[in-house]
Amino acid sequence: MTEQQQPPRSHIKVVMVSIGTVIGMLLFVYYGLRPLYFLICEWTGITGSSFDQAEAQPFVVQEDRPIKVQFLALNNAAMSWQFHAVDSEVIAYPGEVVQVSYYARNASQRDMVGQAVPSLSPFEATGYFSKTECFCFNQQPLAAGEDAELGLVFQIDPDLPDWVKTISLTYTLFDVTGEMEVSLLD
Amino acid sequence: MTTTTDHHDHDHEHHGPAKGLTRWIYTTNHKDIGTLYLWFSFAMFFLGGLFAMVIRAELFQPGLQLIQPEFFNQMTTMHGLIMVFGAVMPAFVGLANWMIPMMIGAPDMALPRMNNLSFWILPFAFAMLTSTLFMTGGAPNFGWTFYAPLSTTYAPPSVTYFIFAIHLMGASSIMGAINVIATILNMRAPGMTWMKLPLFVWTWLITAFLLIAVMPVLAGVVTMMLMDIHFGTSFFNAAGGGSPVLFQHLFWFFGHPEVYIMILPAFGIVSAIIPTFARKKLFGYSSMVYATSSIALLSFIVWAHHMFTVGIPFAGELFFMAATMLIAVPTGVKVFNWVTTMFRGSLTFETPMLFSIAFVVLFSIGGFSGLMLAVAPADFQYHDTYFVVAHFHYVLVPGAIFSIMASVYYWLPKWSGRMYNETLGKTHFWLSFVGVNVTFFPQHFVGLAGMPRRIPDYSVQFADINMISSMGAFLFGASQLLFLFVVIHTIVAGKKAPAKPWEGAEGLEWEVASPAPYHTFTTPPKID
Repeated sequence: MTEQQQPPRSHIKVVMVSIGTVIGMLLFVYYGLRPLYFLICEWTGITGSSFDQAEAQPFVVQEDRPIKVQFLALNNAAMSWQFHAVDSEVIAYPGEVVQVSYYARNASQRDMVGQAVPSLSPFEATGYFSKTECFCFNQQPLAAGEDAELGLVFQIDPDLPDWVKTISLTYTLFDVTGEMEVSLLD
Repeated sequence: MTTTTDHHDHDHEHHGPAKGLTRWIYTTNHKDIGTLYLWFSFAMFFLGGLFAMVIRAELFQPGLQLIQPEFFNQMTTMHGLIMVFGAVMPAFVGLANWMIPMMIGAPDMALPRMNNLSFWILPFAFAMLTSTLFMTGGAPNFGWTFYAPLSTTYAPPSVTYFIFAIHLMGASSIMGAINVIATILNMRAPGMTWMKLPLFVWTWLITAFLLIAVMPVLAGVVTMMLMDIHFGTSFFNAAGGGSPVLFQHLFWFFGHPEVYIMILPAFGIVSAIIPTFARKKLFGYSSMVYATSSIALLSFIVWAHHMFTVGIPFAGELFFMAATMLIAVPTGVKVFNWVTTMFRGSLTFETPMLFSIAFVVLFSIGGFSGLMLAVAPADFQYHDTYFVVAHFHYVLVPGAIFSIMASVYYWLPKWSGRMYNETLGKTHFWLSFVGVNVTFFPQHFVGLAGMPRRIPDYSVQFADINMISSMGAFLFGASQLLFLFVVIHTIVAGKKAPAKPWEGAEGLEWEVASPAPYHTFTTPPKID
């Protein structure tokens, strides 16, 4: 290097840029990475979990293509309700609007609130399985000893890949009593 | 490189260190702070090591003998956290403090008061973390990776202390990193151009950038945990629209660069030591700089290889598998350069060189098992087995830790002005070398045979190998007491060391007296 006497360089500038990076990364985690994760989940449908309410479409029903749809119910951790599908399995034809229901009973001594989270398998079918009505769109309060029939109306898109013959839909029921109400439809 | 140094004026001699305890509390001297960091890290190394001994003692035989599974989980968690955040990272920051100003011809770190703060946060952070062991419900027991919901819904109450301890460590690391960046960018002596920087300085500069990029991610993750636990949010809770898998993505987005934070400075240390004892210039200096930078960049796009079994799209598995394997290329360049530096050199095998050669060989083994783990379909079998434990201990113990030991032997004459006892040093090396391999090599086999990690008990067919592994661990643990003895013996009773105790050594740090005066390069050296 030719210069003999270097001018003193500003530490403040380096510190400011560094702290800016730190704050930028913090914001990036919250506003960048977190929404990106949910976007990718939605694009790929990999979680098999969709809370989107769809409108029933006027599809032509494919009578020659029976799809077996299985309904499962799971209780998360300490959730004490009785929870099961009324019919554990139905045959649905692509394009057809089908109505089924789940049954839940709060057998405990206290009033509780439940939230069901869907998961669909194989996940490739997630985008072709539209729910026009679903109890998973809202939280479900049940008083002590109360029971309820929980409705689900769905329609399978005829574009469903040919290799899908069976769809399994699992609802996991969470106890959200006393937790902040969070809208899942955002 | 030829250098001329000014011997400081006698007017400044009275600016020596203060006396007593306040010297260490108020110090803004980079050498004092470096020393504090190194001793702190040494203490944490023994604490984390003690936890490791408890783990290996319980695993000495199948069945539960000494401790309960709950406490075992606390031990694995605390061992990981203490070793990663308390032993390895502060040791490298300590080395950076001691060596970077001397290597670039600067009088001190750029921000000496912040330097003091970033060290003195640490004892409080680790006191807080360690105190959880005595709390109701016990210490954190969810593994050092603290996956939600284990660390949220199912966590012991002490998790809040853990979160704040992580916040403090993160703040300390960020301040340390900013200091390193400001020092290297602004305080190089005239003529110390980028491509003349010693590799240790280069690797630390890149490490510092990684630190300020990912420590905020860690802070963000633990803050979200805190919100989930205490304020009713649902970042990682599926019932409220969050996702536990999101936790893993965010954690490993921090976690993978973090593992390079723990190895890049080690690359710099080994790149300083091997040329010294091969008496040749480092082969491929500029390729080393580019390889280090590419490793750092790649570290941001490989995180999901920790999560192959969690469920990511097929295309994602392919991408993360390929990107991970790509890292083998710059790493291979580095190993090639070290080997080529030694090729036809006039090699001597003093203790720092022994540790460095062991680093090259054993780190490569860790790299190869890493490649095996990178293969997504194979990883489905290896995931969460002892194979993974063997892999990351091979890169961290004979990788990061051996490089730190090598640097202690290499620079201790400069720090203390005294030479360590070569026989004792070599004894320490061979005991450690045998100990580490006996401990971790057999773990590859139990892992492939299906023994899961983080369990206090195991099937009887794994008994023999676990006993061997435990004996190796006890040997390794005991030989570190010898290390402590060697260091203290050197400081107290070592032979006086000359300014440049290694004939092949190059660099500005050898131009100053041993022990390094309290203030060095108050007038910048001239570098031609």
